[in-house]
Amino acid sequence: MKMNMNMLRQGGFFHLPNDNIVKTIGVATLLCLLCSVVVSGAATILKPQQVANKLLDKKSNILTVAGIVDANKTVDELFTQIEPRIVDMASGEYTDAVDAITFDQRKAANDTEYRIDLDKSQDIASIRGMSKYGNVYLLRDGNEVSKIILPIKGYGLWSTMYGFIALESDGQTVSGITFYEHGETPGLGGEIENEKWQASWSGKQLSNAQGEPVLSVIKGNVSSATPGAEYKIDGLAGATLTSNGVSNLIKFWMGKNAFGPYLERVRSGKAQASVNKLLNTEKG
Amino acid sequence: MDLLSLAIKAIFIENLALSFFLGMCTFLAVSKKIETAFGLGFAVFVVLAITVPINNLIYQNLLQEGALAWAGLPNVDLSFLGLISYIGVIAALVQILEMFLDRFVPVLYTALGIFLPLITVNCAILGASLFMVERDYTFSESVVYGAGSGIGWAMAIVALAGIREKLKYSDVPDGLEGLGITFITVGLMALGFLAFSGIQL
Amino acid sequence: MASEARKALFEPLVSNNPIALQILGICSALAVTTQLSVALIMCLALTSVTAFSNLSISLIRNHVPSSIRIIVQMTIIASLVIVVDQVLKAYAFDVSKKLAVFVGLIITNCIVMGRAEAYAMKNGPWNSFLDGIGNGLGYSVILIIVGTVRELFGSGSLLGYQILSPVSEGGWYVPNGLMLLAPSAFIIIGLTIWGIRAFYPEQVEKPDFEMQNAHNTAAHGGGSH
Repeated sequence: MKMNMNMLRQGGFFHLPNDNIVKTIGVATLLCLLCSVVVSGAATILKPQQVANKLLDKKSNILTVAGIVDANKTVDELFTQIEPRIVDMASGEYTDAVDAITFDQRKAANDTEYRIDLDKSQDIASIRGMSKYGNVYLLRDGNEVSKIILPIKGYGLWSTMYGFIALESDGQTVSGITFYEHGETPGLGGEIENEKWQASWSGKQLSNAQGEPVLSVIKGNVSSATPGAEYKIDGLAGATLTSNGVSNLIKFWMGKNAFGPYLERVRSGKAQASVNKLLNTEKG
Repeated sequence: MDLLSLAIKAIFIENLALSFFLGMCTFLAVSKKIETAFGLGFAVFVVLAITVPINNLIYQNLLQEGALAWAGLPNVDLSFLGLISYIGVIAALVQILEMFLDRFVPVLYTALGIFLPLITVNCAILGASLFMVERDYTFSESVVYGAGSGIGWAMAIVALAGIREKLKYSDVPDGLEGLGITFITVGLMALGFLAFSGIQL
Repeated sequence: MASEARKALFEPLVSNNPIALQILGICSALAVTTQLSVALIMCLALTSVTAFSNLSISLIRNHVPSSIRIIVQMTIIASLVIVVDQVLKAYAFDVSKKLAVFVGLIITNCIVMGRAEAYAMKNGPWNSFLDGIGNGLGYSVILIIVGTVRELFGSGSLLGYQILSPVSEGGWYVPNGLMLLAPSAFIIIGLTIWGIRAFYPEQVEKPDFEMQNAHNTAAHGGGSH
């Protein structure tokens, strides 16, 4: 140690031999310091931009599925037509238990406070757990709700697919669907991003007379002559498992364990009324 | 998701080597003989089975957004440090394992030889940790996933080594000899593994 | 010195290609080649990481104790990759979603580590930087070839523009789904290597076991193992 000190005095730190212990520890410490400054600097500086990107991406996906596209307006301007609400999955009623704007159903599914574990018989979409509150986005046309946008997710072939489905105000007719995040094979299962295929969902019917979700992606193509064509979507060529995954997630999220009770209320007109009532009270 | 079905998925359906191309460099370079392939496969299995659960604990308790709530910092999101932490854990663990084997199980140490240090830069190991984070596995699932994907990778490399031992006796066109034909062999093996993708448990 | 620099930059492109000859960096490369645009971003990310890791490692090469050499390289590479990952997330959000975990896997890409160890530890900063760019570009050449073939024949488009109009949209081309699946990438690389070796016969590997005429066997005593 004394020798080290002497050498330090004589030639400075960088002239120590490389196998010297002081130099080893010194180099390691310096490197760690430098790297941590670079890494955390980059992360902190870029964080706002990243958060903004994520939010913008989500908003523009909601707008796309709702069919609102206007190149002259920014996403934020267009998003003012959308009213975020929270639904209690079990009762299907609107709730103010959590903040509608900041609450994130996807994140909440992993938060013990909000998580509901699904057992095997319930878990059709292979997602293992869900949030007890759901995000609902309502497209308002004056006082009337013209479209209802619901988040959906489920397992395909390789990965969990995340998306939104838009329903007409009757809670029964599909107006659009979009997937914003997935890891399916590009070109095969990845065709769930294909706009033509997504457009084929428009006008399809969600549930049968008993209120059970029966809309599904079939194998092959649907023509107008196919019996029950209004409940069937063209399959994706070469991607049966992804297609099944999409069918399953529709069956789950529109079913009784998820948004089913809410949609039931929408169809019977109760949910609609409560929105209007709320809007009125807001005004009053 | 059932643990058994997760294991089968990790071994066959989502085989790290043949459907995600992970650990390819060593996969192609160290598959000339069955014995060495088996040794490397076993080493990868051990390291995967340990590092994935450890990284799972680190992610759940330190890095994840809100994970530091116990330390009074509920709003801190350290997930950007994920990469460097996982690779640090892997490198450290490989070193410790090497020293441990050298001291207590010298037979295995000599058998694994130079493969242990190579494992640090094997993308299958880091890949498995990243997939674990991406898919939000719980601790018990991460144990099963780590072990399962290790078995799958080991199986793939032993199978390839078996084929290559036989391939030595075939008359391959000059330009394809060695690396070229190995790539094509792996391609055909991956094609075979695609048959598993229809299985749902 | 200039010729040394030129060698560092251009040799890895074809004649000493990291993927085709050195068996380095194949891992993450193949999974991102189903679309050319994604492959291009991956090339850019890898080339910049290799170049800067070579540069910084070369700068400190005389002060790195050999006992902690590997971990020092690893730390530098990991930090660079995190920065690249953060930049992609901030300025190329769509692409970063598609690359997912594969950006992170650049850390364990053997090209980066291999060049740091084999070149940057022994050479000056400028040449090391060029060597990093050269090897990154060599990797890119293979990725672009594979990406072009897979996207063109798999979905009939290039960089998202439809080139061969597929049957599903009223055209004539039936997309070859196999091209989009994992195995095709291996076979395309195998054939690419064959192509390169047809032009550079000195790269051809010697077979482990030579076919010999029966009357020669006694003289040579079989093949070597």
